[in-house]
Amino acid sequence: MKNMFIPAAARAAPQLGSLALILFLNYLAFPGFFEIRFQDGRLYGSLVDVLNRGAPIIILAIGMTAVIASRGVDLSVGAVMAVSGALAATMTVAGYPVPVAVIAAIGVGLLCGLWNGVLVAYFDLQPIVATLILMVTGRGIAQLITEGSIVTFNEPGLIFFGSGAILGIPVPILIAACLLAVTIVLVRRTALGLLIESIGVNRSASSYAGLNSKLLLLVIYGFCGVCAALAGIIIAADIRGADANNAGLWLELDAILAVVIGGTSLFGGRFSLIMSAIGAIIIQAMNTGILLSGFPPEYNLILKALVIIVILLAQSFSSLGGWAFLKGEFRAKGTRQQ
Amino acid sequence: MTDKANVLAVEGIGKSFVGFKALDGVDFSIRAGEVHALLGENGAGKSTLIKVLTGVHQPDAGVISLDGQPVHVRDTHHAQSLGIGTVYQEVNLLPNMSVADNLFIGRQPTRYGFIDRRLMERRAREVLAQYDLHLDVASDLSRYSVAIQQLVAIARAVDMSGRILILDEPTASLDRHEVEILFAMIRRLKARGLGIVFITHFLDQVYEVCDHVTVLRNGKLAGSAPTSELPKLDLVKMMLGRTLAVATHGDRRHRPPPEERQLSFKGVGRSRSIAPFDLDIGEGEVIGMAGLLGSGRTETAKLLFGIDAADKGEAWIDGRAVRIRTPQDAVALGFGLCPEDRKSDGIIGDLSIRENIALALQAHRGWFNRLPKREQTAMADRFVKALDIRTTDIEKPVKLLSGGNQQKVILARWLATNPRFLILDEPTRGIDVGAHAEIITLINELCDKGLALLVISSEIDEIVAYSNRVVVLRDRTHLGELSGDEITTSNIMQMIATETGEVPA
Repeated sequence: MKNMFIPAAARAAPQLGSLALILFLNYLAFPGFFEIRFQDGRLYGSLVDVLNRGAPIIILAIGMTAVIASRGVDLSVGAVMAVSGALAATMTVAGYPVPVAVIAAIGVGLLCGLWNGVLVAYFDLQPIVATLILMVTGRGIAQLITEGSIVTFNEPGLIFFGSGAILGIPVPILIAACLLAVTIVLVRRTALGLLIESIGVNRSASSYAGLNSKLLLLVIYGFCGVCAALAGIIIAADIRGADANNAGLWLELDAILAVVIGGTSLFGGRFSLIMSAIGAIIIQAMNTGILLSGFPPEYNLILKALVIIVILLAQSFSSLGGWAFLKGEFRAKGTRQQ
Repeated sequence: MTDKANVLAVEGIGKSFVGFKALDGVDFSIRAGEVHALLGENGAGKSTLIKVLTGVHQPDAGVISLDGQPVHVRDTHHAQSLGIGTVYQEVNLLPNMSVADNLFIGRQPTRYGFIDRRLMERRAREVLAQYDLHLDVASDLSRYSVAIQQLVAIARAVDMSGRILILDEPTASLDRHEVEILFAMIRRLKARGLGIVFITHFLDQVYEVCDHVTVLRNGKLAGSAPTSELPKLDLVKMMLGRTLAVATHGDRRHRPPPEERQLSFKGVGRSRSIAPFDLDIGEGEVIGMAGLLGSGRTETAKLLFGIDAADKGEAWIDGRAVRIRTPQDAVALGFGLCPEDRKSDGIIGDLSIRENIALALQAHRGWFNRLPKREQTAMADRFVKALDIRTTDIEKPVKLLSGGNQQKVILARWLATNPRFLILDEPTRGIDVGAHAEIITLINELCDKGLALLVISSEIDEIVAYSNRVVVLRDRTHLGELSGDEITTSNIMQMIATETGEVPA
């Protein structure tokens, strides 16, 4: 309510502040953190690594933002990643050309998303339950595709999606950046953004206003599936193999977290794709930082939880007008002293 | 009236919030065994006065006295211990707990430190028996209707406080029969000597149950009088500070019927929702739709607008057969619907006034044909001015507006689509008297501009005032149509009440 009137930069302050702090802590733990060098035709460095590793989470978070803004959630994205990765790998190994395998993998992601969309929009299942179905089945489907083994490949065309570079910039970063730009233009230059927020806030009233909310939900979930497929292809290409059991495991939670850190409410409505992407980068910066700092990996999850609590508290504090309140307090103190 | 008879009296109460005076020198008193109506438009200061009485706000000026002794109400808890109980419009009980739990929550009888359920349930039955309410006190409160829940809330407030009972719009979500039950309880409490403050928007209810009326306007006392000495028209004048401009459009009714009625529905119906009916509407006509709650009025609207798909019948527009299966079909034909439940089907609460107004037109234009923000703003500004939507900023979330202004926003949303046929389902429900009159004026203006209107309302006087023809419904059936001089309140009432289902001429 109130945060409508706080300018965008101030609203983004908790996230940007957290990101800066985490990057600074990374620098303390590993002084070479900000070094970037150009070698073998691409950029290297920890910062590049954060973006490169973070690309799949950013891509997932883009699709997840649309779903959450519509007052839903998609738990199946991790499993869909495994399915699309498995299909891309298996088809490549079977000798299909890379473009065919990639398009097929994206297509299967779209189908998975549409399946979720049909359950949510036309059968009125609760999103968390509807997508839970595919979250479980998806892994099974992926195992069927790989026939239970980890399918490895050496096809350079597919590997390019994971570790290639164009003009020195790693391909995953390029894919994430392009997807982000295209999606932002798509939702803000067309009416989609407004209509998604509208069904997220009040689906019934949106339908009464003549909005085809079922079709819109179907498209949103389909888009989320495509995003998951893209992320799945990148992950498979990166490790040069498709692991039906572990590819994308728990990443749905990172994606949801990225969206929440970005300030989109789980109750739907207003959303910001940029902020979700920043949320994803914050998560990956933490992951990388913990690895670099040499903490025993057992501490990783606990540390991550602590940082996330701090970010969310800062966020709720600021959306309640806390900063303005503090400012007022300081000013009041100042005048009293004078 | 001597001071001694006053249980509770406030004198010269003032309360300011940042920038404005919510209450300014208000006097108000209530005697034992009196039902006292507190009226005023939204923002007149009713809620603030109640909050001062119940200790939510501290007054800046004035004295509150109880039995002639000045008191300082520290907080809501203190108010309760002084004997002032309050029941709000939205029942604030716990539907997932038992009736007994709800009556005694926070003060459950205990035994050895544990809740003594048996004793609690027995006491709950005793409390409710005073009102002839015989409920299964061990079952969940949610099993009972809103009306019963309201009664439980009142029983709880009386049991805890027991001298003054403040009822803040208790009838807003009740139907006619439930209101009767509530009134029976109020009369019983009155006989027991409680002082009751009754806040409502329904003037009929004031005359039905209240002894005394106090009207606030803009934070000041506008007047106070015994109900028996205050004719309704004077009361409305007191509330508005001006005369109510609901001129009966008698001339419209006597206009010859239009040569052709462009919109025609034949045998349209849906099983288990509404029996097949015929309806013809011409441009510049207002069809009133009367009937009790649940008589099929809203079902008719939903069918005409494609929210529910009809399973029989056909629709003709300009002599062409059309199919209306979804709201999108209806909007494409130039229809609009302002729904009955504004909060759940009308407004998009978190979105701005501008976005709410643009929504229907945008949905109609398609996903990829975005209405530029500049045009949205111009459109919103135009309607804010034309419909006198009271807001400081069109970027404000629409949920922050009052009910009447929200209704105008939804009306603006449809007018923006330049419709030919508007369905208004209870357009004046839960709206203060001022906005009420404005909405009715708007209905008249729209009709004069050549729109076809179907207006559903529980307020029969209102329907009589603006309709060319009136359709009366009962038991999910269209009973028949009244036109011309047949349109009178008593005819409509009679038709609704006729038992046999025969259609009077």
